[in-house]
Amino acid sequence: MKPSAKMAKLVPLLAVFFYLVCVSEAVFEDQVGKFDWRRQYVGKVLFASFDSPSQSSKKLFVATDKNIFASLNSRTGDLFWRHVDKMGPEGAVDTLLVNAQDALMVIGDGRLLRSWDTNVGGLNWEVVLDTGSFQAACFVGIQDTVKHVAVLKKTAISLHYLSNGHQKWVENLPDSDTVKYQAVYSGGGEEVFVLGMVPHSHLTITVYSLEDGEIIRQVTGPQLSNDYIFTFITFALLAIILLVSCSFSTFIFFSFPLPFSEDGSTIAPLRDFQPLYVHAFLKKDDSVGYRVLVQTEDHALTFIQLLARSRVVWTREEALADVVTMEMVDLPLTGTQAELEGEFGKKADGLLPMVMKRLSSQVILLQAWMAHLWKLFYEARKPRSQIKNEVTIETLSRDEFNLQKMMVMVTASGKLFGIDSKSGTILWKHYLENVQPNAAFKLIVQRTTAHFPHPPQCTLLIKDKDTGLATLHVFNPIFGRKSQISLPALPRPILQSLLLPVIDQDYAKCLLLVDDQYKVTAFPSTKNVMQQLQEMASSIFFYLVDSEQGTLSGFRLRKDLSSELIWEVVLPTEVQKIVAVKGKRPSEHVHSQGRVMGDRSVLYKYLNPNLLAVVTESTDTHPERAFVGMFLVDGVTGRIIHEAVQRKARGPIHFVHSENWVVYEYWNTKSRRNEFSVLELFEGTELYNSTVFSSLDRPHLPQVLQQSYIFPSPITTMEATLTEKGITSRHLLVGLPSGAILSLPKMFLDPRRPEVVNEHSREENLIPYAPEMPIRTEWFINYNQTISRLKGIYTAPSGLESTCLVVAYGLDIYQTRVYPSKQFDVLKDDYDYVLISSVLFALFFATMISKRLAEVKLLNRAWR
Amino acid sequence: MASGGPSFLLLSMVPTILLLCIDFACCNTGRRTSDGLDTDFTGFSVPLEHSFEVDDVSQFRVRGALQLRGGRETSVSLSQNQLSEEDRSTLKEVAAVDGLYRIRVPRVSLSADRQSDRPMDGFLTAFVRACSLVESHLSDVITLHTDVSGFLIGVSIVTIPGACRGTEVEDEVDLEAFNTTLNVIAPTNAPQPETALFIERMDMENEKRGKPQEQKSFFAKYWMYIVPLVLFLMMSGAQDQSGGGAGGGGANGGR
Repeated sequence: MKPSAKMAKLVPLLAVFFYLVCVSEAVFEDQVGKFDWRRQYVGKVLFASFDSPSQSSKKLFVATDKNIFASLNSRTGDLFWRHVDKMGPEGAVDTLLVNAQDALMVIGDGRLLRSWDTNVGGLNWEVVLDTGSFQAACFVGIQDTVKHVAVLKKTAISLHYLSNGHQKWVENLPDSDTVKYQAVYSGGGEEVFVLGMVPHSHLTITVYSLEDGEIIRQVTGPQLSNDYIFTFITFALLAIILLVSCSFSTFIFFSFPLPFSEDGSTIAPLRDFQPLYVHAFLKKDDSVGYRVLVQTEDHALTFIQLLARSRVVWTREEALADVVTMEMVDLPLTGTQAELEGEFGKKADGLLPMVMKRLSSQVILLQAWMAHLWKLFYEARKPRSQIKNEVTIETLSRDEFNLQKMMVMVTASGKLFGIDSKSGTILWKHYLENVQPNAAFKLIVQRTTAHFPHPPQCTLLIKDKDTGLATLHVFNPIFGRKSQISLPALPRPILQSLLLPVIDQDYAKCLLLVDDQYKVTAFPSTKNVMQQLQEMASSIFFYLVDSEQGTLSGFRLRKDLSSELIWEVVLPTEVQKIVAVKGKRPSEHVHSQGRVMGDRSVLYKYLNPNLLAVVTESTDTHPERAFVGMFLVDGVTGRIIHEAVQRKARGPIHFVHSENWVVYEYWNTKSRRNEFSVLELFEGTELYNSTVFSSLDRPHLPQVLQQSYIFPSPITTMEATLTEKGITSRHLLVGLPSGAILSLPKMFLDPRRPEVVNEHSREENLIPYAPEMPIRTEWFINYNQTISRLKGIYTAPSGLESTCLVVAYGLDIYQTRVYPSKQFDVLKDDYDYVLISSVLFALFFATMISKRLAEVKLLNRAWR
Repeated sequence: MASGGPSFLLLSMVPTILLLCIDFACCNTGRRTSDGLDTDFTGFSVPLEHSFEVDDVSQFRVRGALQLRGGRETSVSLSQNQLSEEDRSTLKEVAAVDGLYRIRVPRVSLSADRQSDRPMDGFLTAFVRACSLVESHLSDVITLHTDVSGFLIGVSIVTIPGACRGTEVEDEVDLEAFNTTLNVIAPTNAPQPETALFIERMDMENEKRGKPQEQKSFFAKYWMYIVPLVLFLMMSGAQDQSGGGAGGGGANGGR
């Protein structure tokens, strides 16, 4: 009795232990970088500087709009180091000054003054400045030795020691309410000049003593009629004030020191004003060389060397620091494979031509195979280092297991990229002009690569957030070229877009765009499609969400492509507001219809493809009364399938909706911790209609099971793995603020985890309930390759059932593969082919020999 | 709930001064009341309307009245009229062209202290295929969904059975009266992580595992080794005495 009870307790523990051993899927050291890559970005450059004025200088310092201070290698464009500060205005870089070993930054509108060591990127010191909005800063030095830095604010000027940041003196500026102080300058003497302007009147210059901050003298400049932006330029021991009028049309030069003398005024139109950084240096032969850092409109950072032969040294695509959305597209087959495929696509034209075609395509295949063999043989003789494995757009082709795909990335600046998922090389880029900075993007794959000879087709829906007007950009995702397809006119704001499984004669899926009058525009709108649409109209339903009014409404398409309202659910905005609505991914496959329980009965999953998960947050933010609502609504009938309220909780909510489950994460305001909750829907032990699912014919509500867990970390984003057939068990990919991605088995988020272990739950391999979710470091799929400011995770199935491709994007881009159930369909790298084949051969020969011996023996016996 | 009543009464007298108090009283919703309370607390009714037209342009007519009784336990009952001869034929016609049968209810609050608020504009609508309604002989399930504060947020209608098989309903009598099941569903509370139970279980397990080990003495633990050892020693000792002589004898005999 006793030992058996002990065993009963031990068995689940052991099961859990072995399970954990099994799922540990950390990479081995020699696998690092084999299947994954990371690219790091810094964003749009605001300030740039070289570390020394010689040609040998290798370092380049940049401060960007993403609040990043970084050092780049000027030869290759690679990052030496990078410091990521807080997002938003709190970490915004006001200015960057570099002097030999020190880089000074003013941060957060004059809140902090920081000094960095430029060699290693370490922080020397940081001081908090007095409040006041920042205007300008400069180094103050006497005869080339810089010892101080002056910071000019709206009402005060302060001087700090460069060595430790301590304040030497601070002085209020005279008449700061009328004079706009804009620039500070030191000419290398004992004086600090502060330049101010009385708008529409005149310039003033105040000269401070370096020693104690006393005003030495004040000068009033000439009359000015316009508003000017101005700056000091030193040239040949003279200071020149450069005035640029606000319309960028007038330059006025003043020479310095006093008195003012107006040297000349030029009118030069400077429209496409690009921020440039020009670095002049003396070459060995004492001639002047230039290096130019150019930041262009599409956020590309280009470094150009202007010597005897001008050339682009490198280009960084900083637009990729702000990826908005992405898709992964299969690569096309090779030409020969496509030839073979094309044979089946064409209409049959007689027996003999078909035979001829088959023969010719097989000859082509044979040729290709021979060429491949020859190449292998040829390359085998060459040393390994010489073999180039460069990916170019010409050599792109699908690999055996479809592991290499084309990543189509859409960035906030309106630049599109095509990136090879295996190596991370940018294969094509396309800049969309006239994209508003706050535009919303939706990328839709209308035709995949599967329909040779039709090229794949992607459509990007660009919607202006203010006006709601949308434009379409149709392109080939493999080559990035714009398709020559006539686009529909979209004169009205677009509310919703949906991709139908309706296929036109060119195998492109039909995209429906719903405008604000609930009229529907189809794209492509060929006769074929319109006819199909009219036939199917009564079974095409769509929903609209208005989070401001709190309404969810459902529509049905009419034959004339208008639509009618058929259901409406209203969540009063006084109580709660809709935060997010998510359906399921249409590409998702579910392999098993149910779960086998301990008593051998089957619990069928409620697999409603039209189910929407609607998440709300209470308007009342008091920690005791705040709540998070989770509504599961059928998108066709508007029926509320389930309605749950998580009390004492608030957002931000991250959730995943897939198969028959929803997992969401929230902040528990009472216990002050992050929690996970999982909802699973089951039809019960009997299916209502096992052949087909229809939202219109499912009268019984599903059983809903729910369980919650404590999660010991906040999260930034969440996604579920996706595989080809859905046989592999699912994992949740959880992005943590540290930049790590946790691969959390869905098994741990199972509402059927039992409180008390019994025979049945053990049979089912359910893990006993534990309120806390573990975070194991070996579950981090990106080991030490952290991703800063993780924004989204994209998963795509590969040709192998066990393998799921993962792309995480944020400031960095990281691509890897995950194997949620380990690589059950792949032989291991260290699989011993020699042993297996030698054993086989040995057995074969042994049988042969023994057969021969047996024959001889039989013969001998017969003779006897 | 208890404080709601008196503060409403006060409000009707001095509306401006006590606005703050009212805010506190119904802070769950953050809504302000505008008029007094003339309605009785026992219940109120809202119309349930339906529409079925061959041309699918909705024209809602009254189907019945929902009797709502607020309070701690909301109860709803439905009184509805029979379908007229004309309606029955229209319904069959709509079913024949696979049209929709729609219902709608006005947006109201089910909780007693709020039903006197300013009437909310708009309706909640739902639909079912007319053919399935006909084939199920007008047996439908209407579900009203409320949110945490008792507002109606959605309505749904399903028929049992829900499928359209194309079976003819010959008997006109089957389409005379609705056989309606009415449900009100309020949101369920999602579970919190079960820490208390888990800790209790852990403690119990620890106790079970810990106690016997501590109580057992050295002898109690290892008696199964000690007893055979002692027995063996005793046996061998006994044999030593008797067998020693024998052995000695044997040895002597060998000599």
